[in-house]
Amino acid sequence: MKPSVLILGARSDVGNAVAHKFAALGHPIQLAARQSETLDAEKTNLQLRYGVPVTLHEFDALLTETHAQFLAMLPELPEVAVSVVGLMGSQERSERDQLLASCIMRSNYEGPANILALLANRFEERGSGTLVGLSSVAGARGRATNYVYGSAKAGFTAFLSGLRSRLAKRGVHVVTVLPGYVATKMSEGMNLPARLTAQPSEVAESIVVAVERKKNVIYVRPVWRMIMLIIRLIPERLFKRVRM
Amino acid sequence: MKLSGWGRSPLVNAQVYVPRDLEALQKLLASKPSVIARGCGRAYGDSAINSSATIDMRRLNRMLAFDPKTGQLIAEAGVVLCDIIAAFLPRGWFPMVTPGTKFVTLGGMIAADVHGKNHRKHGSFRGCVDWIDVMGPDGSIQRCSSKSHVELFEHTLGGMGLTGIILRAAVRLRAVETGWIRQTTIPAPNLKSAMTALERAQDSTYSVAWIDCLATGENLGRSLVFLGDHANASDLPTYRSLHPFATPAKRKLSVPFNFPCFALNRFSLRAFNALYYRIGVWNRGQQLVDWDSYFYPLDAVADWHRIYGRKGFAQFQCAIPIKRSEEGLSALLQTVAKAGAGSFLAVLKRFGPQESRFSFPMEGYSLALDFPITTKTSHLLANLDRITIEHGGRFYLAKDSRMSAETLRASDGRVASFVRMRAKSGWKSSFQSAQAERLVL
Ligand SMILES: Cc1cc2nc3c(=O)[nH]c(=O)nc-3n(C[C@H](O)[C@H](O)[C@H](O)COP(=O)(O)OP(=O)(O)OC[C@H]3O[C@@H](n4cnc5c(N)ncnc54)[C@H](O)[C@@H]3O)c2cc1C
Repeated sequence: MKPSVLILGARSDVGNAVAHKFAALGHPIQLAARQSETLDAEKTNLQLRYGVPVTLHEFDALLTETHAQFLAMLPELPEVAVSVVGLMGSQERSERDQLLASCIMRSNYEGPANILALLANRFEERGSGTLVGLSSVAGARGRATNYVYGSAKAGFTAFLSGLRSRLAKRGVHVVTVLPGYVATKMSEGMNLPARLTAQPSEVAESIVVAVERKKNVIYVRPVWRMIMLIIRLIPERLFKRVRM
Repeated sequence: MKLSGWGRSPLVNAQVYVPRDLEALQKLLASKPSVIARGCGRAYGDSAINSSATIDMRRLNRMLAFDPKTGQLIAEAGVVLCDIIAAFLPRGWFPMVTPGTKFVTLGGMIAADVHGKNHRKHGSFRGCVDWIDVMGPDGSIQRCSSKSHVELFEHTLGGMGLTGIILRAAVRLRAVETGWIRQTTIPAPNLKSAMTALERAQDSTYSVAWIDCLATGENLGRSLVFLGDHANASDLPTYRSLHPFATPAKRKLSVPFNFPCFALNRFSLRAFNALYYRIGVWNRGQQLVDWDSYFYPLDAVADWHRIYGRKGFAQFQCAIPIKRSEEGLSALLQTVAKAGAGSFLAVLKRFGPQESRFSFPMEGYSLALDFPITTKTSHLLANLDRITIEHGGRFYLAKDSRMSAETLRASDGRVASFVRMRAKSGWKSSFQSAQAERLVL
């Protein structure tokens, strides 16, 4: 039997796609999400399609105090853990609504970083494992139109890179995924340029490849590497005047 | 966005929605003047297009249950056939009935009530459907079968999405020992001998003939007849019998751009067809063929429909009742040969008996031909329509992109009652496709 894969935030389109890709390769799957019992049909679906064991686990990224217990309840420590937890939220609303702003920050940074930190310690003890964090290109530079979300992702990206360095000699690998635009529930109705927009299955595919080949930071569509390079190079003096 | 079927014509501007759950589906039904469900878009024409709301069902694609005793699979309508095969062939199960492509949804197969090369022996897809869940105009869901809500069941199988949205289905798979087919190739020098070979093949599970429709005179109807049966484990050579369901890896071919029209002239086609026949003659007799090459040869060439160029192509598929088959088929083939507009694919199948409210098959022969769309071919197609009607035949809606409402009515006495039923049940106002509008269904 292949080693198991834990998906944190399994209800999301990307989480779902990642589960399918790993299951198709024969990995047992642990699906973690809020109201996990509602994923029962998805569990059956994965089992029928790929003939692998699938388990459901109640997990709320924001309830950080429950995370240790969540890990203790897992049937086995997974070999790969993928966090796709995140919340886009509305920048405009979060400028006025402090609770929403805090929720966005915690969903994109505190929550995922906390659970990956706990997993990292277990993986380190065991001496093996891969942690995958879904961050965002939005973390590369704060933009007027989504800096609340972007800053949290920036924090998460930095966290992942620090974790990677710490664990590099301990047999534990960390992958940072910077997907760019993805066609998901979260982005539905937004008018996204097709060439820059990846499908959830593409994101999942690149995650599987990154885990296998021990890549560090991956962009799903390579054009984003160029775009972000350019965006980072714009001097602040100019950057503060462009609305993007 | 611009939408078309597999034949790439007609192209219609349509709003496409991709619901994730039943609630979203109900909202769409409530808020749009009319809708039509769409699967993989493998119907050739405009049956899965509604300009105001085309509903892509492929996100509703979970497999819900499987009973390893009976082979019954319960799944959502958006599940694609290739995924069913990928999941269950390794466990010894194969679809009871399959069309010539594995990129079709469960819903699409039910809506068209598809037939395979085993229609004679096992009938159309409906034979393996235990029940279906259909969403009606008001968003309510009905579980129907040949025993409950019979009218809805009968009209939905073959109803081309015009009776509601198929949500889930329970279908039975066939137990197989291997993923291989024992194929027999029989060269037939003309139509009569092809039909004789098909008639003799009663005991074979699968049978089909490929016709060289550019052959004329004595050679009219020159064919290769292919018979097939699921191979048993003992039929396989030892090195294969260890992994009876493994399929050899194949190279994926693809057609990278639209073929220029001139590549498809009658000389290149004639040479192609003649060569294909020769190869068949060399290969006559028995062979073992893996399931993928046997059932889905065209799937190996991704986007092969581009071969017909930008304007697209039309497929003509008719069924002619057994008594008039020979006469009708020779008239059709003569007309095609005379026009010199042969096609890559001319496929002849023997259908067994079938009584349905609106499904295509009937006891007799079915002929399918592809043509690039030009003024010349539209004239030819009109002639083929006429000949089919004269011989009591009818047309396959899943392949149609161009017939007229009059032609349909002249060919199929069942249309009137289908239309009446649609009006009475409120299906007509809620479920409309571009094809249904053209055909006034
Ligand atoms: C290469 C090739 C070979 C083929 N060979 C055969 C063959 O051998 N035998 C045969 O019978 N057919 C054959 N076909 C036709 C094909 O099997 C049918 O057109 C089938 O219906 C396509 O399924 P789809 O999922 O692509 O549906 P679409 O093309 O998207 O839709 C087809 C019809 O089904 C309806 N529909 C789809 N989903 C639903 C749903 N959930 N609820 C209600 N209605 C729905 C649509 O409204 C439409 O009327 C072939 C097609 C190709 C391209």
